Amino acid sequence: MSDRDLVVLGVGMHPWGKWGRDFTEYGMVAARAALKDAGIEWKDVQYVAGADTIRNGYPGFIAGATFAQKMGWTGARVSSSYAACASGAMSLQTARASILAGFCDVAMVIGADTTPKGFFAPVGGGDRKNDPDWLRFHLLGATNPAYFALFARRRMDLYGATSEDFAQVKVKNSLHGLNNPYARFRKENAVEDVLNSPVVSDPLRLLDICATSDGAAAMIVTSRAFAEKHLGSLKGVPRIKAVSTSTPTYPQTLLEMPDFATDSSAVVAPPARGFKDSICWDAYEEAGVGPEDLSMAEVYDLSTALELDWYEHLGLCAPGEAEGLLRSGATTIGGRIPVNPSGGLSCFGEAIPAQAIAQVCELVWQLRGQAEGRQIENAKLGITANQGLFGHGSSVIVGV
Amino acid sequence: MSETATSNASQVPAIEGWFTLDQNPHLIGSQCTACGTYVFPPREGACPSPLCDSDELTATPFSRFGTVWSYAENRYAPPLPYRAAEPFEPYALVAVQLEKEGIIVLGQAPKGILAKDLKVGMRMQLETDVLYREDGIDYMVYVWAPAVQDEVAGGAK
Repeated sequence: MSDRDLVVLGVGMHPWGKWGRDFTEYGMVAARAALKDAGIEWKDVQYVAGADTIRNGYPGFIAGATFAQKMGWTGARVSSSYAACASGAMSLQTARASILAGFCDVAMVIGADTTPKGFFAPVGGGDRKNDPDWLRFHLLGATNPAYFALFARRRMDLYGATSEDFAQVKVKNSLHGLNNPYARFRKENAVEDVLNSPVVSDPLRLLDICATSDGAAAMIVTSRAFAEKHLGSLKGVPRIKAVSTSTPTYPQTLLEMPDFATDSSAVVAPPARGFKDSICWDAYEEAGVGPEDLSMAEVYDLSTALELDWYEHLGLCAPGEAEGLLRSGATTIGGRIPVNPSGGLSCFGEAIPAQAIAQVCELVWQLRGQAEGRQIENAKLGITANQGLFGHGSSVIVGV
Repeated sequence: MSETATSNASQVPAIEGWFTLDQNPHLIGSQCTACGTYVFPPREGACPSPLCDSDELTATPFSRFGTVWSYAENRYAPPLPYRAAEPFEPYALVAVQLEKEGIIVLGQAPKGILAKDLKVGMRMQLETDVLYREDGIDYMVYVWAPAVQDEVAGGAK
């Protein structure tokens, strides 16, 4: 193993759902599950890396300290990270940097959220004419699903994708998540179910779009030295091989939330790799692997059509070929490169600060052969891909 | 657009300085005086390019015509701070690519232009429409409409 690998000693989650309880309660359940899975005690954790939730007031902004206090102060160091939907991965990177720098050996990475019903809207009241997130709602009514719809429509008009193709992503993911005890939606969906659900933002229907959920995920990551002492052998133990939290390179030419416009490519030519490609490829380069080495991928299916975009950003197929890859069965469990074996956001809904951590938890269970009812045979290497507002995104590579 | 033609309400932009409200409206963006790159929405201060250290951007009219990059149609009323009409009528959002500026700008389509009327690659032109009405004042916003005018005569140069 590489000297820069980080050992994942334990993972834990609180099931996803919609209960409206305090987010710290969910976090505590996930934290205790991760500690138990790691076989260590809370007092052994030297560093708590919290992923912020901006929807739960000031305790959410200081997530590291909030969870540390909830578990009972132990003098551990803390950090709190905000990177929208990539907050969980940014927390992992913070813990990773601290461990690899030798400042600590054992860290907890944790995120939890309680979400309101319906469309996400800007946080906080009042007129905020300098805030692009406030303005895109006020001037355009540009909801998150509207941006997802722009990308879906591109696939239809450029590549001939159909509503049936998008529905087939939902069908696949609903099958994958059917037996996942942490998934919120565990119901088989047929193509007709999706096509009969109401159009929210044309061309996307209700069942094409991920819900907003409550949930929590945590993991215990350690230095190699600590894990060797604790476990004896690291054979078959999942390790973090790369964490990319890359921002775009100017000019960013994809119209992403919450922007009114792309950057201009009139003077500076667009980079060879666009934003979402670079998130994935920076991770590949850091781990020294490529798409051909993967056993699986957990991608951010904010919509069914965006899952197809990720096939291409990840290099699982060429641009325009994602529908073909889906139809071939390659991305279904049992296929060449299963995507979203957990059931994805389609079965979970989005609990923002927990989601990027949950993606890594699934890879860990798959790599250990513990993904009951959804196990990928002989899984050796997996990647996550994730996208957030304000130029955030992440990709994590985990292998055994 | 039809609503404003018959209305006596006075018109003000829903946001200052982003577009003109004349017969041939156009967006107002910013351009770097040193490297020439563009940015929208308009702003002051530093050039957005990492290759340029200029601190001077000037307001500049954007091309009035462009092509559809993509589009969507909202079938449910967006949440506040969007002020949805009641009853809510579906409306389209259009992302339009401006060739000279090398930029894609998202806007609403005029009332009545829906997804079925649009296609990636279609020519569009900038117009204005009522976003909401309050106390007898029409708050106006820029919209992307299918191009009908002669681009040479009607285009902002």
